[in-house]
Amino acid sequence: MLMLKCPNCGVTAEETEFAPGGEAHLTRFASGSEDQAFSDYLFARKNPRGVHFERWRHAFGCGKWFHAARCTATLEVFGTYTGQTSTPPDDITAAVKAKRPEWEGFK
Amino acid sequence: MSNAISILNGATFDGAVKITEAGLRGMITLRGDLSSVQLKSAVSAVVGLGIPTQRKINRGPKGGVAWMSPDELLLLVDYDNADAIVAEITTAMAGEHHMAVNVSDARAVFLIEGQGAREVLAKGAPVDLSTDAFRVGDLRRSRIGQLAAAFWMTEDDHFELVCFRSVGAFMFDWLSNAAREGSVPKYF
Ligand SMILES: [Zn+2]
Repeated sequence: MLMLKCPNCGVTAEETEFAPGGEAHLTRFASGSEDQAFSDYLFARKNPRGVHFERWRHAFGCGKWFHAARCTATLEVFGTYTGQTSTPPDDITAAVKAKRPEWEGFK
Repeated sequence: MSNAISILNGATFDGAVKITEAGLRGMITLRGDLSSVQLKSAVSAVVGLGIPTQRKINRGPKGGVAWMSPDELLLLVDYDNADAIVAEITTAMAGEHHMAVNVSDARAVFLIEGQGAREVLAKGAPVDLSTDAFRVGDLRRSRIGQLAAAFWMTEDDHFELVCFRSVGAFMFDWLSNAAREGSVPKYF
């Protein structure tokens, strides 16, 4: 069971109260960009076994989006943070590094 | 003018716990900056209550104010006055970004009352409903079975629950089934 804390309403709830939004912090390449960049934006995902940054929506709760850092292999959640950022904040990357010293860092 | 009725017209179920469809209730969704002085005075003017803190509900003789999200409140008001109150809020909020909508006929309200009311809700919601964790004045938006809902406790063993009107009949069936005689484990 995956438990997440929504930073918008402060609730710690189980997975069924949330809706997953896929990989976080993508750079959006829209019309007018190179074909390869557009294709990668649409289809290419890191899909790592390990540390992953994701978008989630508190669908059955406050309805707001937020971000989560978790391990796809163990379901361990390193932390959740605001949806209004394009990179993980320092306290989140520090929390990941503390648990996964071998992690090579964001991006 | 058509004759307004609520989704189940006040249907009740008497089981281990009593389930009541609450009839016509006035409800206004108010979105905006909850820290704004203008919004605070608009809310105070119509229901005589302050802005609730995160996941709380304030209730008083003129109605209630429920915290729904960081930028959304649900005002509980008199059904017949809801449109007039929306107009009053719109005037009071002039010049400030906000949204006020009368959602009374788009929602259904249920009362879950009696010893075991916590257990009935806990059967459907992934929420800690133990006596220490959930108290009078607390509000939670979650799900009951597969239905989105918000509920709060008005007094011990008395809950009010709001959901979309379109799923009101199913919500009543779901709650009634969960409240059947002999099916409430008295866990809390
Ligand atoms: Zn939330």
